[in-house]
Amino acid sequence: MFDVLSRMVHTGILTETSAGIDGLQKEIRSALGRALCIRHVDAGSCNGCELEIHALNNAYYNLEGMGIQFVASPRHADLLLVTGPVSVNMEEALKRTYEAIPDPKLVVAVGDCGICGGVFGRSYASRGGVANVIPVNQTVPGCPPSPLAILGGILEAITASAAEV
Amino acid sequence: MKMQSTIFGVFATPLPSNLPAIRCEAQGDDWLRLAQGLHASGARLLTVWGADDRDRNGSFRVRAAWLTPEGLVFTEHRIADTEQPSYPSLAELFPTAARMQRAVFDLLGIRATGADMRGWLRHSGWPEDVFPLRRDFDSDQDYPVTSQPYPFVLVEGDGVHEIAVGPVHAGIIEPGHFRFSVVGEKILRLEERLGYTHKGIAKLFQGSSQDLGHRLAARISGDSAVAFSWAWCAALEAVTQTVCPERAIHLRALALEHERVANHLGDLGVLGNDAGFAFGLTQFSRMKEDLLRANADLFGARYLMDFILPGGVGGDLPGYAAAQLLHLYRELEDGVASMRSIYDEHAGIQDRFREAGRLTPDLAEKLGAVGLAARASGIARDLRADHPWAPYDQLAPEVVTQTSGDVAARVQVRFDEIVESLRLCRALLGRSADGLVRANVPPAEPNRTGIGLIEGWRGPVMIALETGPEGTIRWCHAEDPSVQNWPLLEYAVIGNIVPDFPLINKSFNLSYSGQDG
Repeated sequence: MFDVLSRMVHTGILTETSAGIDGLQKEIRSALGRALCIRHVDAGSCNGCELEIHALNNAYYNLEGMGIQFVASPRHADLLLVTGPVSVNMEEALKRTYEAIPDPKLVVAVGDCGICGGVFGRSYASRGGVANVIPVNQTVPGCPPSPLAILGGILEAITASAAEV
Repeated sequence: MKMQSTIFGVFATPLPSNLPAIRCEAQGDDWLRLAQGLHASGARLLTVWGADDRDRNGSFRVRAAWLTPEGLVFTEHRIADTEQPSYPSLAELFPTAARMQRAVFDLLGIRATGADMRGWLRHSGWPEDVFPLRRDFDSDQDYPVTSQPYPFVLVEGDGVHEIAVGPVHAGIIEPGHFRFSVVGEKILRLEERLGYTHKGIAKLFQGSSQDLGHRLAARISGDSAVAFSWAWCAALEAVTQTVCPERAIHLRALALEHERVANHLGDLGVLGNDAGFAFGLTQFSRMKEDLLRANADLFGARYLMDFILPGGVGGDLPGYAAAQLLHLYRELEDGVASMRSIYDEHAGIQDRFREAGRLTPDLAEKLGAVGLAARASGIARDLRADHPWAPYDQLAPEVVTQTSGDVAARVQVRFDEIVESLRLCRALLGRSADGLVRANVPPAEPNRTGIGLIEGWRGPVMIALETGPEGTIRWCHAEDPSVQNWPLLEYAVIGNIVPDFPLINKSFNLSYSGQDG
């Protein structure tokens, strides 16, 4: 126990206040006013984007500290984060997850694959970008996009929808 | 490998590769006789795949690659273009062949006789009489998804029920389906159904440019971008007899070891978290992030996508890199050592890790386990030590093993491999001199086959390719070690409780995308 406590003290608080994160945090808080629940679906990704989405939960980006959390069920979600080109084998699962999210809902397509299919394009096995299968509010380019870019994409989707309301 | 002229009575010739490799044609009975000989000598089946060669000689081909103590054996078997093209199944000798053969049928329509015929990569996205890897396949045709049931193996008995999980899981994870047959909490049987992320990679390679294949290869499994792009470049460089500059080779190995350390750090954190110790996740993901940021700063990408290019690498490190990296390695070593003693001495964590998801050495051997999972079950195999290609031939990497085969063993192998990888990184920084980082790759002659085989963080990653006319690729087959290791998980969970499944699954951390292709 002493080792754990001493390491915690030694590590300190790492959540960044520079590099644009602080500004993003403030904007997200003002746009949300409360918590945002995200459901992620990998619709055929290479797993690169997943790794960067995971990174958002590390101490530097501290996503949960902004009131944003990933949830296990689409029924609990406000926003659907989709990665990958949509493989034909995931098409039905993606549609059903989208339909299970209560309205109003937002969809952010993450990565070049989510935008247009990326290097995988459209083929017998891939439907290409996410928008070919479900409506998309916001896209985040990159292969894979950085955690900060993904955070920016989530913010864009929220602020655009808040402006509409 | 010695310039053997025959292997188990079959004529063989050397094959261009970054490690010793031979190629042989096994017609008729030779196909099974060779497989039996290799099985008896303890060879490990790496992969089975097929090709449509009807434009050349009116036949299909099925191919297999094995790893032996002497090197790689690549075998081809010609199959006549009949109503129902077929070949003798290898699954009785090598259990891992079963899913590979199902995948071959889904893509090419050539059948392994007497084998499981359920679809593997084909779910319901294209008709069962349409085969995408055939040369007469119409790529522009779109097929609607028509959902079809999948016949899972049914377990019957008093109180037995099924739990269906996936393809969408309760987290930020790749998709796949797990069907558990349980009594109470106890798992009697697990059946995996994968293929959900099948993106048609083999078809995309067909006819693609030799200059761009490394980009697609890097995205076969995003956490193994370095291993796959190196394997692809190694295959192309072997075919074109390109010699990479020494500096580029050192930088490639540095990138590969960074990839290994980053993945191990991430896994150790998540494994702590899955055992109810969130502090572990916080600490390890912080260390992983430090390494990724150094990658972005020094190599130009956090996950080192597209750093490795045919003929070398994308660029040299800046002048301040060595000092920055040595400082980072020290920090990581201190952090990992401190976290290791915390994990080791934490009764709650050890209670979850020990005895969970046990894969005995005997079973691992029979099932053909590879890579990290095999080393945690006492199988001391690592391509970096067994068939060291440059620069590993100068580094004498140490193979790390454990024998208990449980989650605890897979955790300890990761700890030890981080320490060893950081030692290799230091040695590489010490050796690295200035100089060119990329050689010119001449256009390849058509119809040349080459193999690239690299020990990625999960295990051996293979790319086999044949060149076509005018700088194109005729076919390319990629194999992720997850294909061999996914079946191990089905055995490792037997007798465990369902709530331990996420922990056991994570301790293997296999790639869905790499297996699905």
